[in-house]
Amino acid sequence: MDAQSSPPPALRLSDITKRFGSLTANDAISFELGQGEVIALLGENGAGKTTLMNILFGHYVADEGSVEVFGKPLPPGDPKAALAAGVGMVHQHFTLADNMSVIDNIALGTQPLLRLKLDRSAARAKIDRLAQDFGLAVKADALVADLSVGERQRVEILKALYRDARVLILDEPTAVLTPTETEALFKTLKLLVAKGLSVIFISHKLNEVMMASDRVLVLRAGKLSGERRTAETNRHELAALMVGHEVTPPVVAKVERGALLYELKGVSTARRAHGTALKDIELALHGGEITGVAGVSGNGQAALAGLLAGMEAPVSGTVWIKDAAVTAWSPLAALNAGIARVPEDRHRQGAIADMSVSENVIAERYRDRRFSRAGLVDWTAARAFAQSIIDDYEVKCPSPEARIRLLSGGNMQKLILGRALDPNPSVILANQPSRGLDVGAVAYVHSRLLEARSRGAAVLLISEDLEELLALSDRIVVISAGRLSKPSARGELSISQIGAMMAGHEAA
Amino acid sequence: MRLEPKPAPSLAMSILYPVVAIVVTFIIAGVLVMLADANPFSVFRLVLKGAAGSQFAILETLTRATPLIFTGLAVAVAFRAKLWNIGAEAQLYMGAIITVVLGTGALPLPAIILVPLVMLAALIGGALLLAGPAWLKLRFGVDEVVTTLLLNFIVLLFVSMLLEGVLKDPMALGWPQSPKIIAEAQLPRVITGKRLHYGFVIAVALAIGLWFVMKKTVLGYEMRAVGHNAEAARFLGMPVNGVLMKTALLSGGIAALGGFSEVAGLKGSLTLDLSPGFGYTGIVVAMLAMLNPIGVVFSAIFVAGIFVGAAAMSRTAGVPSYIADVMVATSLLTMVTAIMLSRYRVKWK
Repeated sequence: MDAQSSPPPALRLSDITKRFGSLTANDAISFELGQGEVIALLGENGAGKTTLMNILFGHYVADEGSVEVFGKPLPPGDPKAALAAGVGMVHQHFTLADNMSVIDNIALGTQPLLRLKLDRSAARAKIDRLAQDFGLAVKADALVADLSVGERQRVEILKALYRDARVLILDEPTAVLTPTETEALFKTLKLLVAKGLSVIFISHKLNEVMMASDRVLVLRAGKLSGERRTAETNRHELAALMVGHEVTPPVVAKVERGALLYELKGVSTARRAHGTALKDIELALHGGEITGVAGVSGNGQAALAGLLAGMEAPVSGTVWIKDAAVTAWSPLAALNAGIARVPEDRHRQGAIADMSVSENVIAERYRDRRFSRAGLVDWTAARAFAQSIIDDYEVKCPSPEARIRLLSGGNMQKLILGRALDPNPSVILANQPSRGLDVGAVAYVHSRLLEARSRGAAVLLISEDLEELLALSDRIVVISAGRLSKPSARGELSISQIGAMMAGHEAA
Repeated sequence: MRLEPKPAPSLAMSILYPVVAIVVTFIIAGVLVMLADANPFSVFRLVLKGAAGSQFAILETLTRATPLIFTGLAVAVAFRAKLWNIGAEAQLYMGAIITVVLGTGALPLPAIILVPLVMLAALIGGALLLAGPAWLKLRFGVDEVVTTLLLNFIVLLFVSMLLEGVLKDPMALGWPQSPKIIAEAQLPRVITGKRLHYGFVIAVALAIGLWFVMKKTVLGYEMRAVGHNAEAARFLGMPVNGVLMKTALLSGGIAALGGFSEVAGLKGSLTLDLSPGFGYTGIVVAMLAMLNPIGVVFSAIFVAGIFVGAAAMSRTAGVPSYIADVMVATSLLTMVTAIMLSRYRVKWK
């Protein structure tokens, strides 16, 4: 064996261990990334993917272990050293200045601060060359604020390449992309690899991992639970490695379509600072039915969810609950009308992290006689209610007194579901109900939503996960630029047709 | 140096950190005492003696703690809901103005009616004074830190105007001082002939009442929820703006009771130096108590003890009583640091 001639791996992580108090986020993780290789780092939220990448990129310092880039040790805790060694990272949430042009964003930080004039022509030449080589077409002079999400991601990748990155880390790169944009991204990855770059691609979507990687590393609870060549594995095996046991897909029983429970007629909403307003929406939700809303995030989902949750009022059109027109617009009015809400962002809207489980589960119902009398909260009843949800939903938590901050995302979501579904609501808004949850928790959330559907509730499921939508929805509508497509029944549209509609094209 | 969050502070740690904070405060003050050519141990002994060494000292400390309990509670209540009321000083003076206006003979009523009436009027005055900044915050997003802070100066200058004008006591030989309130408007003394008055009793009762409100009532629950996460509270159907307005009314009213208590219980008249910064020190008191109403009573007594003890000490040991200000200010800094350290781990690179 000739060790001299084989090139050093692009990246070698040896026994990386990182502890936060009693929690071991990374437990002796070792792997190598070969030159010209794409590794997918697969794992549930909380499995330690982000911690590991933060150590690699110098945001955290590992308690034990070391990182080598192209055979040279990387000094810990120094993002600049990582950049200089050729490690580039494309974050899940883009780090671009909206009010600057593409070219300025890319060149930002690469030129000496004291120079009076930016040398844009050299930058432009280099960007053009990179864009050409890797299929990353962008308008160099456009403001970032005017770009689509897919374009912004291309700018982020160009930014890393501009700094001569040889190893590219992509953190959940497809979360915000349409299927078409995802395909384009994967093409770019192939071109990058062909030029000898190495890629680590973080994801929890199995189909993308299967499509885009050479090798898969699976993390579970901070440990490397498996390593497979992509060609030699399958989705079931990877899912099992992620969760630690076999996962069965949800069983969707046949349910009779029930009465019309909620209807939007010609509804538009006011312009908003972030995301898109709704434009003349028609939507009817029937009992015993799950209506899935597909769409790229930022196309009006927030306004639609806000409408059902009572956070937003329409500027025109009417909303009907059963056969009564809605006149009061507030979260409380929505609750009193029997609408259960599972919000998109558990931490910002769904729960009050520093309050206890008991305090959180009564948050929507504390005015009821069940939980308060004469201005006094009945904490005994609150604790009993919390305990009943904990038992019923198999929530892992030390006691109803525990601060909800200490719970995992899945357990927090179970509590939110338990709170929302308690009074047998007739209409359920589930906005990204499984985002960031592990496979086990996702299956649990799905089974509860299907249960509510069997009971005769109307469910509006907003999700960016097409597989989830296709698995659960009786009907799918596509939201694009604030407009809603006509509903199509289960199985009527293929993924690529839905993808085209998400990108704004009419259904064929 | 970098900060990393800790999972959850244990109970032992959350007790240990404040204790360490107080110890560090004494060490820093001790260094300053040494710079003043005195022995820190004998100085601290004198401070302790001056604060709690005799019946007189204890009563004096409790008297001094009384207004601090009121302002500390006002701040604790507001901060709990993340309403940053820096204006307890102004609200305290508002309570004092109303007490003097109504208590100097304008209402010829027996004490049993007059005292509660004046108290209620002071409460309402302070509540309305904070309602203004709260409304500006809720309606236009005006930062209440700025408005409440600036109101302190406005109200103090207003007091100055009153004392040079309509409220000036013609018998005070030109001093800017209001007339004395009538006997029926006075709060009785706890022990006849001593300075400790019923304002202290009211303050302690109020602390217990507020503890009950925060723990057991719907309003307290809403206030804590809004303070921890206003966006979630709104989503979950809580009347966030209403809760913040109620918090403002409560906080402003409590601070104004401090002004009522100082005039009706101790001073008898309004002067420009009625409060040597009780409103600001109330912030320290509330933070030391980690916003717990019962804790406010103890931290107010601790802070008052340092002031009273240091004044007595400076008379015998010759170390300036400003050491008290240093100690109170240092204790705030060490306490805030301790709270942060109990939540984050510091890593040195």
